[in-house]
Amino acid sequence: MGTRTRVRITAALAVFGLAATACTGGGSSASGPTGAGGKGGSLPRNETLYTTGTQWGPPANYNPLRNWDHATGTKGLVYETLFHFDPDEGRLTPWLAESGSWTGDKTYDVKLRTGITWADGKPLTAKDVAYSYGLGKIEASSFHSLWSWLADAEAVDETTVRFTFQEARYQEWDYTLFGQPVVPEHIWSARTEEEILNGVNDKPVGTGAYQLKSKTQDRVVWERRDDWWGTKALSMTPAPRYVVDVSNPSNEVVIGQLGQGQLDLSNNFLPGAASLIKSKKVVSYYDEAPYMLSANTAWLVPNTTKKPMDDAAFRRALAASVDTGKIVKGVYGDLVRPASPTGLLPQWEQFDDKALIAEKGFEHDVTAAKKELADAGYKDEDGDGFVENKDGEPLSLKLAVPSGWTDWMEAAKVIAAGAKDVGIRITTEFPDQNALNEQRGKGDFDLVVNNERQLSNTPWTYYEYMFQMPVQKQQNTVNFGRYENEDAWKLVQKLGGVKTDDTAGMKSVISEIQDIQLTEMPIIPLWYNGLWAQSTTGNWTNWPSDADGAPRSAPALWRNWLEMGGFETLTQIKPAK
Amino acid sequence: MRRYFARKLFVYALTFVVAVTVNWMIPRFMPGDPVAGMVARARVSQPEAAEAMRTYYTNLFGFDEPLWQQYLHFWGALLQGDFGISIWVFPTPVGDVLLDALPYTLGLMIPSVLLSWFAGNWIGALSARRKVLDNTVLPVGYLLTAMPYMWIAVILAWALGGQAGWFPLSGGYSLDIQPGWNADFALDALHHWVLPFLSLFLVALGGWAIGMRNMIIYELESDYSSYLSALGAPQRLIRRYAFRNAVLPQVTGLALQLGVLVAGALVTEIVFAYPGLGSLILAAIQNQDFFLLQGAFLFIVIGVLIANFLIDVVYVVVDPRTRTGMAGGTS
Repeated sequence: MGTRTRVRITAALAVFGLAATACTGGGSSASGPTGAGGKGGSLPRNETLYTTGTQWGPPANYNPLRNWDHATGTKGLVYETLFHFDPDEGRLTPWLAESGSWTGDKTYDVKLRTGITWADGKPLTAKDVAYSYGLGKIEASSFHSLWSWLADAEAVDETTVRFTFQEARYQEWDYTLFGQPVVPEHIWSARTEEEILNGVNDKPVGTGAYQLKSKTQDRVVWERRDDWWGTKALSMTPAPRYVVDVSNPSNEVVIGQLGQGQLDLSNNFLPGAASLIKSKKVVSYYDEAPYMLSANTAWLVPNTTKKPMDDAAFRRALAASVDTGKIVKGVYGDLVRPASPTGLLPQWEQFDDKALIAEKGFEHDVTAAKKELADAGYKDEDGDGFVENKDGEPLSLKLAVPSGWTDWMEAAKVIAAGAKDVGIRITTEFPDQNALNEQRGKGDFDLVVNNERQLSNTPWTYYEYMFQMPVQKQQNTVNFGRYENEDAWKLVQKLGGVKTDDTAGMKSVISEIQDIQLTEMPIIPLWYNGLWAQSTTGNWTNWPSDADGAPRSAPALWRNWLEMGGFETLTQIKPAK
Repeated sequence: MRRYFARKLFVYALTFVVAVTVNWMIPRFMPGDPVAGMVARARVSQPEAAEAMRTYYTNLFGFDEPLWQQYLHFWGALLQGDFGISIWVFPTPVGDVLLDALPYTLGLMIPSVLLSWFAGNWIGALSARRKVLDNTVLPVGYLLTAMPYMWIAVILAWALGGQAGWFPLSGGYSLDIQPGWNADFALDALHHWVLPFLSLFLVALGGWAIGMRNMIIYELESDYSSYLSALGAPQRLIRRYAFRNAVLPQVTGLALQLGVLVAGALVTEIVFAYPGLGSLILAAIQNQDFFLLQGAFLFIVIGVLIANFLIDVVYVVVDPRTRTGMAGGTS
């Protein structure tokens, strides 16, 4: 690229105060292109969208298969998926695909749109799609597990891809359809396995509306492609010519930049957001509590392999001891909502079995929690105000949340205080995040708070998170509490096999799962973390909100959210002048 | 002379080997498993897939080898200038990540250390002789050095950045600027450089000034000064001798300062979100990026050694006793 070296030299000269030298010397020694266009190196403000909050480090790579550390936008802006998912409507929207349907019990056909081209001018064909899905066959690939139930992906003709399954997991498949990026076979097939998995891919060629313009340590600049297929096929045009995604080291910096109108959209959690919104300095989805859409559920995870968390009665009592209202008000200033007893996000509300919740659900209730404890045989025998284990052993639990996550640290204190009220001794500890991740994976903890899973097309992803079996030595992303229940896991698998348009069928399985969940309480729902989004209106307006006539899409460019409305938001905003 | 430098070089080489070894050991015996962290971030929930990935990365980073082999490989790669691949900015080589940040740190630290040293010594030497200056510079100097560093940085940011609005509060250059070879970028970078520079400069300035002032007064009151004075030597001559003697400890101090350049930048860079090595070190620790951390520490080690070597050379010039020592005489 060369940009790297140039930046290095210029920066060194500039900061030494030799600005004049840099100007005169610039012409002769570094005559390479300084990236396309941009006189004087700056981007036109009225055509540029500045965003932040999607990543904390430098843009690392542009490899769409590295879905956890590629620069945000790599998937979504450059590489696209077959479908998008609309959380507001709760359905898939065709994207690269014109349509997709189950043509047999175990075959799914995708019909691609015609006339889609890669940024290098070559047409997108069914072969590209088959190839992209086929990359999961590489063992160390992050979506290798897909191929334990997918049997084959083949291009039937130019625009038809046929997927054949060993086991039709309908729910998971829909999730895959809007999650898996499509890459060009004519470029990627020349690469080694090593390059495919770990390559930096710094000249990404995708079908998307943007291409990589430039990158530095703290930002990446995407430039609109004016020949993007969607302009015609979808009648959508992203408004900003440039999208600059800035990685900021701290919230204070973000607040400063928002205040000065340097940023247009911040997807950070800003503790004082409510007051910024009330004073009209920034706008968000709702202009009153809860201000933000809900993005994921924060759970209190008990380690069910340890005493007394292996006892459902104890877990239920613990659940009833948590004053979620106090967390929502006191810690978050009403930026979030308390979770329902099932923990399902508001977007999945229809799947909550109301009757069941009325019968078996829980709420913050000190008396009920005390009674539940007493009934289960936990008594305070030494009179210190805290109950002991059933065998008389003293009971003391540790609740760990990552150090520096101030909101969670405060929430942990509220949880501990609530537990104290019912007689459970909980102390809080704040280890380093990485250390905590390791302990959590190994099951070396009593209680943690976690919000691993995001909103998706189906509650199935939440139930997999709760109940996945078998429990491993290292639990990576799911079932940290190591809860084992064959029946529940069978039901989750059964849910996975219900067709996604069969809402009644889904509801009936989900209500069976919820019955187990509410009785057993393997994991305790706390609150819904927000889809943090604060925007300024000085340069771009028409941000998504619940106001009449405003766009309803998700105002977030987080990883995987571009396919869940984030990209649509880019096409809806309008220049302020 | 040759023996002196040979001995010095040997000591430096030895220090280097020990430092590199310790450097290699520290992150490896830190709690936490970077590969587990990476696999966890990849959000692979299926056990077999996660296991395959873990094996793959353990191989890739060479963590599956016995420790002594990892150690040897580390040296081998190091001697070829290979610091490994950053985990945090995967898959960028650590060397590239560090080189990106280095100009910002050096551009901030070298001018602030050198300028504050020259200015501080000059002001200190002057104030040793002028009552008015002594009465103003000294208290201010004490105030500056005694103040917690964060305060000065935050006060500067608040006053000159926030209230006056003269300088930007954070970053190495503006959001709408594309780094490149042009005046716009150079001026913008310079604009962002002022506040962090000032904060470093001011704190160091006070320390140097006080040190120099006290030292000069001490020298002026020492026996040789009185003796020279009794002999009727002109004041200028006495002051010159006093200055030469007083500056020696300051040179040593400068060596130490130059050596810890990078580490010194840490707080500044974090306060001003300046994209240098200090910010990188913090990020490397937070993300358990072994290789990046090692690379950054190695820069510090090399920096300390080079700075000390340079000062050794300077000493030969400025301190006659060193030359006498080399020639085998007693001092």
